[in-house]
Amino acid sequence: MRTLIYLLIGVVFGIVMTKSEAVSWFRIQEMFRFESFHMYGIIGTAVVTGIIGVALSKRMGWKTIDGDSLKLNPKDFTVPRYLLGGTIFGLGWAMTGACPGPMFTLLGQGIWTIGLVILAATAGTYVYGVLRPRLPH
Amino acid sequence: MLDIIQGPWHWAVSGLLISGVMFALLYAGKEFGVSANLRTMCSMAGAGKHADFFKIDWKAQRWNLLFVGGAVIGGFLATTFLTNPEPVAISSATENWLTTLSIDTPSSGEQGGGYVPHELFSLTEMGWKQLAFLLVGGFLIGFGTRWAGGCTSGHAISGLSNLQVPSLVAVVGFFIGGLLMTWLVLPALLGIYV
Repeated sequence: MRTLIYLLIGVVFGIVMTKSEAVSWFRIQEMFRFESFHMYGIIGTAVVTGIIGVALSKRMGWKTIDGDSLKLNPKDFTVPRYLLGGTIFGLGWAMTGACPGPMFTLLGQGIWTIGLVILAATAGTYVYGVLRPRLPH
Repeated sequence: MLDIIQGPWHWAVSGLLISGVMFALLYAGKEFGVSANLRTMCSMAGAGKHADFFKIDWKAQRWNLLFVGGAVIGGFLATTFLTNPEPVAISSATENWLTTLSIDTPSSGEQGGGYVPHELFSLTEMGWKQLAFLLVGGFLIGFGTRWAGGCTSGHAISGLSNLQVPSLVAVVGFFIGGLLMTWLVLPALLGIYV
């Protein structure tokens, strides 16, 4: 039963990604060219409501459905991995107009060639995993 | 009512629903982060034999694969039953820029309609140049997200919501890369391509 919930949340996510047009290569170009507020509005609203919700959850001690504390693990602070990895991801994001969520949603829309992007992204993750001991973090 | 749902959704509604997705996963005891699935897929394919990074219990990540499966289904449902009658209404400034690059805009008719440019994504126009373009782009996404430890969902949404400084650094990186691509690399590449 619980498994179905994850599928359902994913369905909602896919519909929102489509109807918000965040899956659109055109919208991503527009965002990086600073020619519309649309994408900034989406991400900004998600972050602002997220900040408020997370702050409330800490103050009120919200628990998960199983009674555990929410999974909000802080990451260790370093710069190289976030800046370098982030920059490489940003290059790919603007090139294909897709980040990992929308990649899968576009596949569901019948944009079959996005399958190549998904395959290559999996290969990229594999190469990272192999090179990981030699990369700065 | 249906026309409101079929048209593009307002950014505020969309943003609210995305944080709703994040809180739904938190309530279920999970973390919102789509790119982690790429690592899981490598582990499932046996990459643990080649790198310790993939020696994880991928079965514990099945929930996230289901989430992604849902994202595929959601894309299908939204385009099949909630089809937007209008092309993506990007700003005229962006349309002009695309025209200078010889890329059809969403509003330029049958060919340009849809969420992605047919010059890069159409199956019928697929040649070795398009193939290389999509493979390189995908590789950068997969390599970059894992190095940075997250993508838009994990860093820009979840990380910033939790006021994590590493996520802010990652988002700065996303923009350095994105701006470089859109302003410098893409125009040069499309000059060769289109």
